Amino acid sequence: MNAPSLLLASILALGLVAEASAQKSDPDRPEANATWQQVRTSLFQAQEIRTPADAVITLDAPERAQDAAIVPVSIRTGLEQTPERHIEKVYLVIDNNPSPVGAVFTFTPASGRADIELRVRIETYTHVRAIARTSDGELHMATRFVKASGGCSAPPGKDMSAALANLGKMRLRVEGDVAPGRPALAQLMVSHPNHSGLAMDQLTRHYTPAYFVRRVEISFAGEPVMSADIDFTISENPNFRFWFVPRGDGELKAEVVDTRDLRFATAVAVNPLR
Amino acid sequence: MVTFSACALPSRSFGPGFVALAAVLAITVPLSGTAAVDGPAPLPVEEIATGATPLPVEEIAPGVMLHVGRQEVWSAANGGDVANLAFVVGSECVAVIDSGGSPALGARMLAAVRARTPLPVCYVIHTHVHPDHVLGAAAFAALEPRPRFVAHARFAASLAARAGHYLAAAERELGHAQEAADIVFPDIEVADTLELDLGGRALTLRAWPTAHTDNDLTVHERATGVLFLGDLLFAGHLPVLDGRLLGWLAVMDELAELEIALAVPGHGPPSRAWPAALQLQRDYLDGLRDQVRAALRAGRTLAETVNALGETGTDTWLLADEFHRRNLTAAYAELEWED
Ligand SMILES: [Zn+2]
Repeated sequence: MNAPSLLLASILALGLVAEASAQKSDPDRPEANATWQQVRTSLFQAQEIRTPADAVITLDAPERAQDAAIVPVSIRTGLEQTPERHIEKVYLVIDNNPSPVGAVFTFTPASGRADIELRVRIETYTHVRAIARTSDGELHMATRFVKASGGCSAPPGKDMSAALANLGKMRLRVEGDVAPGRPALAQLMVSHPNHSGLAMDQLTRHYTPAYFVRRVEISFAGEPVMSADIDFTISENPNFRFWFVPRGDGELKAEVVDTRDLRFATAVAVNPLR
Repeated sequence: MVTFSACALPSRSFGPGFVALAAVLAITVPLSGTAAVDGPAPLPVEEIATGATPLPVEEIAPGVMLHVGRQEVWSAANGGDVANLAFVVGSECVAVIDSGGSPALGARMLAAVRARTPLPVCYVIHTHVHPDHVLGAAAFAALEPRPRFVAHARFAASLAARAGHYLAAAERELGHAQEAADIVFPDIEVADTLELDLGGRALTLRAWPTAHTDNDLTVHERATGVLFLGDLLFAGHLPVLDGRLLGWLAVMDELAELEIALAVPGHGPPSRAWPAALQLQRDYLDGLRDQVRAALRAGRTLAETVNALGETGTDTWLLADEFHRRNLTAAYAELEWED
């Protein structure tokens, strides 16, 4: 839990933050975006990225975001998570966001499926990408173009005093019937302002310091199921739907750490029907 | 109205519902004497300091003047003239209720005041933080003596957090470069209720719990029974949720108990039918709550819910294309935390 998000830090250090919002994207030329070129080199060097990759990974997001601060994104994968071959990482890249690499998810065979649903902020018209790295080292990418504006520099939430009062409240639940050895769907909700620090406080003339959940770890019966390095790309009150495989009775546990190193945890007992 | 609480408003043309605008405006209630007979004579045009064309206003009660904004999204084409703005003339001074969607519009509102009376503007009251209601403030802040700005106790924090975003959006959508100086913070904050004396008439201000926003303030002119609701009430224009849905419904229950002769919404025509004027909005917000709760119970995700309900429950409203799906998103994000 202690490791800071080195990956995100290195991306930030590239100076992409300042450049990103200046980028324009052509919906029909997803490879042309300069920020993407830099992110690509930084994360994957010259390695081939297969696309389209529908058999391995697909990405769903609205064509036009209704609320740029809460854009639902659904990543679905086509591989079974076997020890022999599975998806190890899924990178979420939003080219024209202030922080283009918004999340890096790590999956294991115990994930069952490397699917993930979440909500993100989207700053402007942009390509959104989900890139899967398989355990045998292949890269596969799904891309969508989303029209949105103002998500990341957007002001904090609709009820600022309530947001702080509920800080760190969590919900973790398993959806539907659970059978031993079968992938089960779960949802984690974290009450957190998760703000970007990009909105200037006009009273103080200072930017509010960014304050967000930076790390999420999920385990079942002590085994890692899913973890994520994330930032303020994720919407207020981070919300994830993911899968895990309960092989027997056990505790599904979620821990999160924010940028003030506050830690929050919750757990739920899971007893698969036999 | 919130056009871009969390992002920019859609800069596309208006949907088919827009043709219904004329019909909605046509049901405006008959208003009492529109001729300005009692007040001091209007100033000659050359004395209107700003040189701006006065905004058209109607006298909805003696000495109570209302400008009804267009039922549109905030844009360059309408100069930000989309919210209702008002002023109340006392024997000593004038209170302005919402300053408008741009400094230019604020200047036109000031010109409307000047066309009516030479009395000083002593208060500028903002009903909530949304830019179509507050970005005209600079025109009044430049006055000598400077009026005092009045708002909900949570207004300043919200405006502080949002102002940079609003200014950027104003530049993008109105094509008007604005400065931080155009953002005016309150001198007087209302945490509960406050009485303002304009000479011979008093305004009662009341701060509400989180509803349309977290800083909604109503203004009650007791002598004539006019209640300015800000965006706690929408008429015609689809209600827009930028606060708390359940809070808004609870606030409407309390509002329904008030004795009101004339209710002035933040968008759309005023109404004498009280509390009946709340009913369409209640129906819409109740429907939003019930449908989203049902979707949550059925295990639907946010995306599934917005897709499934995106076309429902908006028949009688304008601007549903622009705001209904956002409302569904906001309602879902709120109600998913219910026990
Ligand atoms: Zn509003």
